[in-house]
Order: sequence, then structure tokens, then C-alpha cells
Amino acid sequence: MSRIFKDPRLLLLIAIAGAVVAGLSADKMNPYYSGVVIDIGIAIILAVSLNLINGHTGQFSLGHAGFMSVGAYVSAMITLALQKSIGPAALPWAFLPALVAGGVVAALAGLLVGVPSLRLKGDYLAIVTLGFGEIIRVIFQNVEAAGAASGLSGIPRLTGLTWTFTLVAVTVYVVGCLVNSTYGRGFIAVHDDEVAASSMGLNPTRYKVTAFVIGAFFAGIAGGLFAHHKTSITPQVFDFMKSFEVVVMVILGGMGRTAGVILAAILLTLAPEFLRAVAEYRMIIYALLIIFMMIARPQGLFNFERKKKPLAH
Amino acid sequence: MNEIFQQLVNGLALGAVYALIAIGYTMVYGVLRFINFAHGDVFMLGSFTGYYIAPQIAEWFPLPGWAGWTAVMISTMIICAIIGIVIELLAYRPLRNRPRLTVLITAIGVSLLIEYTCQHKAFFGASQKAFPKLLPAGNFTMGGLSFNTTQFVVLGVTLILLAALTFIVKKTRIGMAMRAVSHNSAAASLMGISNTFIISFTFGLGSALAGAGGILYGMTYTGIEPLMGVNVGLKAFVAAVLGGIGNLPGAALGGLVLGVVETYAGGMSGISTYRDGIAFAILIIILIFKPTGLLGSKQIEKV
Repeated sequence: MSRIFKDPRLLLLIAIAGAVVAGLSADKMNPYYSGVVIDIGIAIILAVSLNLINGHTGQFSLGHAGFMSVGAYVSAMITLALQKSIGPAALPWAFLPALVAGGVVAALAGLLVGVPSLRLKGDYLAIVTLGFGEIIRVIFQNVEAAGAASGLSGIPRLTGLTWTFTLVAVTVYVVGCLVNSTYGRGFIAVHDDEVAASSMGLNPTRYKVTAFVIGAFFAGIAGGLFAHHKTSITPQVFDFMKSFEVVVMVILGGMGRTAGVILAAILLTLAPEFLRAVAEYRMIIYALLIIFMMIARPQGLFNFERKKKPLAH
Repeated sequence: MNEIFQQLVNGLALGAVYALIAIGYTMVYGVLRFINFAHGDVFMLGSFTGYYIAPQIAEWFPLPGWAGWTAVMISTMIICAIIGIVIELLAYRPLRNRPRLTVLITAIGVSLLIEYTCQHKAFFGASQKAFPKLLPAGNFTMGGLSFNTTQFVVLGVTLILLAALTFIVKKTRIGMAMRAVSHNSAAASLMGISNTFIISFTFGLGSALAGAGGILYGMTYTGIEPLMGVNVGLKAFVAAVLGGIGNLPGAALGGLVLGVVETYAGGMSGISTYRDGIAFAILIIILIFKPTGLLGSKQIEKV
């Protein structure tokens, strides 16, 4: 019995079945609640995909919102164009291809960002990814086809619970299996000690770029879901703060701890809904939390594994 | 032709502010090897210190006026130096000898804490404020170019501060200690130099320059708001990388180059809307092709 549950493919199927059931019962749900639940799903995809880059591979990226925006814009432009040409009836069939297209273009952006990361580490890489995110935003702000500063609106509302949680399951499955595979141990090796990893015959460059491409792909998917959930997007939505929110989720959950990161994504998405009264203090609380965590508990709030070695050097 | 030179003057005035902030990034990077993300916010606090302190100073010295302006500059620089030292003491000192990434994340946290606390209505509020007039307005022409007093003062003050800083770093004992810590902090402490004191001093010096930059920025652009440090700070960081991080003349040069390039780009019709992206494009190109910057020296990574 327990062995069956250890097979990740079966878990994936169960999760997708759960997502379909949830989607079917969605019309009975209060639309406010189902909206929040979709927000949570999108946050999980973002956090788990960033965790592959920041946590498992140890490359500090601050540009996740940039990849997300690429996926959001590309998929929204595809569905908007299709809505005009083939009408709204066939749109649900085009949703997945549009999402994947957004993800692929975001992955290409990830490749573009990944290449300079070959030469950069730590804080430099953080700044460059931040810079890329800002450049992507400035480009969208100026491209007329993407609506320039006013963004895109009237995007068909195609994101439902089924799609969201099927894709959450796929993201967690892909990232989890990748990291736990023989190949994927390389990500962790690069994270722990790049010099040692390359002396064992691993190619750190390839791992870093792979992490960026896969992470960006899922960020693009999350962006597509986001665009078809909110139905309108502007370049300002995908600014540095959005990237930072995802970074907070990864840090809070514990870098490289998938379960912790998922928990943090859920908590941080729900918190503003419950804390409406102190909404104006939200970012102040986030900032204090980050400083406190780094000083007192750098391994993550939800990481209960005992430290194997000191985090020094 | 005349317009090209006029743009050059405007660009240099903007670049001078970048240069003052970039020096703070570069100095802290020199002694602690990390990017102090909160530095741009110290610059913002400098502007707001000037905004709130000017009415107080006006009771003793007439404002706008040169004596009052000097008093505002000096008191702002002192207050910003204290702010910088306190930030280092509370947030970064507990993290000495931790991985650099940990310190970097903390720095981002400090930066956001300052920004969002200041945006709160109990502090400065999120809306833009008009920076008070500190100097009598005036225009004068020199060789067919028109300067206003502010541009002249911005460039002059930057040159004076850069000269003072160079003197401190090159000619004084404490400057020698700073260079020693930056070169090899372990060896420096074996020679009896207190790393802790030097790091505090460096933060103070860098923050004082950022505060001066805040006043000069306020005088030039007149509108100040709590998030102004984000973009200016990032661009100043780009300037520091452009000149070669850890290199003081490089930071000044990088700031001036970036200011001029941005101003010219802002004046060109085709690309003016991309102005904010230019700094980052420069950053990425520099990091890919010449990561040591214009004046930086090569460092070999050791295991």
C-alpha cells in the first residue's frame, strides 16, 4: 500500500483527478473562494518553479515576474487573436496550447537570462535577473501590440480550478522528479559546491541554464493562468515586488524544500485575505520577516530537517 | 551643436548624483563584498531629511540662501551617516561571516522595510512632495551654454566631495585602514585594525555621500517620493559596476557616463521611452563582456 503511494506517477494521476473533481464542483463554490484558491494554485506554481532555480540550484534569481509576464502576454495575445478569428466557442480547446506557447517563449527568455549566469554568481546574478525583469517590463510598456502601458484587457476567463490544479500537479511532479533523478542530483551538487561538482565531471553551466529554462517555462505557465484568471494585465503588475513576493515564499518555505515552499505559497496568498485590516502593513511585515529569518532561521521557517553541516562559507 | 553640449551639461548633473551614490555601493562592496541594496533608500532618506530640516534651518539662516543651504547639506550628511551606521549595526553585523546570499537577501529586506515604512501615512506618505528651494534661482551663460545655479552647484559639490573622499582614502590613516580591510580583512585585523570600526566608518562615509546626493537630486528635480531611491539606487549600482566595482574613480566615472548616456537617449525620439531600460542593458553588456568594468582589475577566483 505504502509503496503504491510512493510512485510519483500515481500521485500525479490522483492529484489531476482531484483537480478535475474540484473543477466540476466549482460552480457550487462561492466565486470569491474559488478565485482565492486559483490564486493559491498560481502562487504554488511560481514558488515551486523559482525553488528549482533559487533553492535546488542555488542561483539567486530576482526576475521571476519577468518570465511570468512573458507567459501572460504571449498566451493572452494568442487567445485574444483566436477569440476574434474563430469565436469564443472553440477557445477552451485553445487554452492549453496557448499556455504552453507562453511557457515556451518564457523558457526562451529563461535561456537568454541563463546564458549570462554562466559567468555570474550570487549578488551579480541577482542584479542581472532583476535587470532582465525590468527590461522585459519596459519592452511590454512600449510595444503597441501588447497594449503598451495600459496592457491587455478583455482576456477570456478560461482559468478554472481544473486547469490550475492539474498544472500545479504537473509542476510539482516535474520539478520533484527532476530533482530526485540521477540527473537532477546535479542541481543540488551545483548548489552545494560548484567547484567540487565540476571536478566530479558535472557541467555546472548546463545545470544552471537547465534550471533557468525549466523554471521560466513554469513561470510562463503561471503567467498564462494569471492572465486568464484576472482577465486584464498591465506591465506594472509584473514589477520587482511580484518577483520579491515569490522569493519570500521560497525563503520562508526553506530553499530547496518543495513541501515547505508549497506551504509558504498557500500561507502568503491567504494571509492578505485574512489580514485585510492590516493590509497597509503587509509589505512592512514581509520585510521584517525576511530580515528576521535571515538572522535567526536562514534555513526556512518550515524546514525542520536538522542541519547536516554549517551554512558557512 | 549647441544642443548637444546643453544635453551634456544636463547629463553630467544627473551623472553627478549617480556618482555620489555609486561610491557608497563601491566602498561597501570593497570592505564587505556585498551589494548594499538599502543604499538607494539612504539616498531617498537624504532627500526627505532635507525636506523636513529645511524649515528648521530657515529659522536661523535665510532660505533660499547659501549659508542655509550649507547648513542643510551638512546636517543631512551627518544624519544620513548615522542612519547608514545604524543599518549596518542592526541588520548586517549579526550576519558577519554568513554566506553572501544571506546578507544580500537581508539587504533587500532592509530596503523594502525602509521603503514601505516611509510610504506609510504615519511617516512621509506615498504622495510626491515638493522639495523646498534652497538656493536663489539664477541662470548664466558661459560660451553659449546656459547653466542654472543648481546644475553648477551639483557639479561643483560633487567634485569637492570626490576630492575630499580621495583625500580621506589616500592620505589619512583611517583611509589606509579602509584600503587594508578591503584588500585583506583578516590580515588587516592581525595588524591591529578594528574591522568593525572600519566597516562602520565606511557605511557612514558612503551614506553621507548618498545623503548629499539626495539633496542635490531634490534641488534638480524638485519632486521627491519614498520610492525614488529604487530606480536611482539601481542605476547608481549599475554605474558602480560600469566603472569596476570596488574602484572609487571608476564609480565616479561610471556615474557620469551613465548620466550622460541616459540623458542623450532620453532626448532621442525613437528610444526615449526605453530610457529606464538602458541602464540595465548596459549592466548586462558590461557583465558579459567586461565583468571587471571600465577601470576594475581582474581577480582570480580561488578555491
